[in-house]
Amino acid sequence: MKINGARILIESLRREGVEVVFGYPGGVVLPIYDALYDVEGIRHILVRHEQGAVHAADGYARATGRVGVCLATSGPGACNLVSGIATAHMDSIPLVAITGQVKTTALGKDSFQEADVTGIMMPIVKHNFLVKDVCDLARTVKEAFHIASTGRPGPVVIDLPTDVCSATMEFSYPEKVNMPGYKPYYEGHPMQVKNAARLIKKAKQPIILAGGGVVTAGASAELTKLARLTGIPVATSLMGKGVFPEDDPLSLGMLGMHGTAYSNYAVHEADLLIVIGARFDDRVTGKLDTFAPHAAVIHIDIDPAEIGKSVAVDVPIVGDARNILQMLLKEAKPAEITAWRERIDDWREQYPLNYSCDDTDGIKPQAVIETIHRLTGGKAIITTEVGQNQMWAAQFYKASRPRQFISSGGLGTMGYGLPAAIGAQIACPNDIVFDIAGDGSIQMNIQEMATAVSNKLPIKIAILNNGYLGMVRQWQQLFYDRRYSHTDIGYTNPDFIKLAEAYGAVGIRVQAPEEVEPALQRALECTDVPCIIDFIIAREENVMPMIPAGGSIDKMMID
Amino acid sequence: MRHTLSVLVSNHPGVLTRVSGLFARRGFNIESLSVNSTENPDISRMTIVVDGDVAALEQIRKQIYKLVEVIKVYDHTEESVVERELALIKVSAETRSRNEIMQITDIFRGKIVDVSDKTFVVEITGSEGKINAIEQLFRPFGIKEIVRTGKIVLARGSKSTE
Repeated sequence: MKINGARILIESLRREGVEVVFGYPGGVVLPIYDALYDVEGIRHILVRHEQGAVHAADGYARATGRVGVCLATSGPGACNLVSGIATAHMDSIPLVAITGQVKTTALGKDSFQEADVTGIMMPIVKHNFLVKDVCDLARTVKEAFHIASTGRPGPVVIDLPTDVCSATMEFSYPEKVNMPGYKPYYEGHPMQVKNAARLIKKAKQPIILAGGGVVTAGASAELTKLARLTGIPVATSLMGKGVFPEDDPLSLGMLGMHGTAYSNYAVHEADLLIVIGARFDDRVTGKLDTFAPHAAVIHIDIDPAEIGKSVAVDVPIVGDARNILQMLLKEAKPAEITAWRERIDDWREQYPLNYSCDDTDGIKPQAVIETIHRLTGGKAIITTEVGQNQMWAAQFYKASRPRQFISSGGLGTMGYGLPAAIGAQIACPNDIVFDIAGDGSIQMNIQEMATAVSNKLPIKIAILNNGYLGMVRQWQQLFYDRRYSHTDIGYTNPDFIKLAEAYGAVGIRVQAPEEVEPALQRALECTDVPCIIDFIIAREENVMPMIPAGGSIDKMMID
Repeated sequence: MRHTLSVLVSNHPGVLTRVSGLFARRGFNIESLSVNSTENPDISRMTIVVDGDVAALEQIRKQIYKLVEVIKVYDHTEESVVERELALIKVSAETRSRNEIMQITDIFRGKIVDVSDKTFVVEITGSEGKINAIEQLFRPFGIKEIVRTGKIVLARGSKSTE
């Protein structure tokens, strides 16, 4: 039986095991929405802005490891996906985004709602397709999912002209893909693994640095085993948060610009860095010339282009982190580094991650996060917006498992947290999901409150409200002589309680430190409705420690 | 240092944009580029001349490899190759200079492929240096127009890039 392109698309998504699509309808995707109307097995989540759809698909992907799927119409719809696609690209998140396109005969003619989506997306995708013939559609979907989810994952966009959706043909779904130019490499080179093992044996002051690649590879257990067997301390990047339990005595927490002082001191003094699935982002390294100046570097990454990109590497191992860690585990022995661990523990005692408990200026945001951690038993899924809220969450919500901490790392996309929380809550209906937000960021995708309410999602949105674009204000305070140019939004912020109620959600305002816990408890009792908790926090609280951008460790500010 | 890369790609629309866009985005300057299909109609071959140190070249090579439609990237820097560019030069050819232009063309083993009462179009192939040299010699006669292709290369000997 012949079916049309829209049905072929939906059937192909089913073959890929897609259960949820985040989307927003429009002119040229009418055939697809018609096919979705009575489809079984695929749930469509109607967002209120396409950016919400792509971040929600991203949050879904990060929470589960599965490919997130979003759908938007041509032109403005597709353009609204751009920040979200770039976010997923920077953080290597598997997404398939389907965009409608004007009919093939109207392409290139400045037609209504036409945009060159193939061209616009090209620099921010792992790969993208423009399907001009319905005969290519099923194969394209197969390839898109394969590319998105294998190797170093990433977003793939399928641009789909409306006449291709209406054209009909016999459906058959390919079993295999054939792409001569795409062959991800999973096995570590045995010789290089031996070289790495030799360096590890010799090292007196080794550190493991684990990143998002460990999450992707599902290598958290192997990493934990290696660290505990060898006794080598583990620091993580923001993306790696949770791959090693942060309450473990070997955990150094997050390193980098707002990382723990002791992790940064340890990296600075280390004689060996074992870097796994991390890419030496400038927020991690600061000034490259002074980053880990005494350390030999073992770099394990599935993407050969990451090796040697920023930091010279002594032992490169290209492949899947899990495979390589399993190989390394066979060679690993306990390292004799007691003196090194004691030195690190001294730093840990001398420069703990800390904040002043003096809350006469208002609620301490760090205390809010610690209370959330305590009340959720450290088990909640945390999404964040971007800025101070994100860094406080990273510092003070100790993660115990991968895929628990969901944040826009590479791109730093404000407005990410709420839609990502929606995606995560849909993926994990039995988990408690918190969006740690700022009063600035939350307004960037606030319209998604309607999505959360209409789907009865009990997301808790903790707004750390200081009436500022706080991180920018912090930089203005420290580096621009307190000239708070256009960062004070306190006077014009909406009443977030009324806003929550207007959307049909619950709103709770918290103005005093002693109200924090009861308010959170009330929020935790909301089981079928989102809840905004508006914490009026100390206005000029800063995120510390801090190494200024492009600076070295001697520039670190502790408080 | 200049490097010459052969990049074999799937013959899809847009693949040239992907490759050239990648160079621009990552801050690598393309000095010359030529592209056409190969003996296999599914595959195109790009010859790209790029300037950069060894580390930069290594990085761009790896980045190109990541493009899904790129099948093979081959660096010719360390080997013996046959390299050619093609130029068409429209040179003023008044009666008194015609003989001399024909002689120069002969010496360079070029061809005169178009003649008018005032001009020749000379076709010349060879290395970049050779084409620069003939251009230099023609200049006093008056070059009206010149068009040059990018460099193409093949490795010498029996081994092939694929």
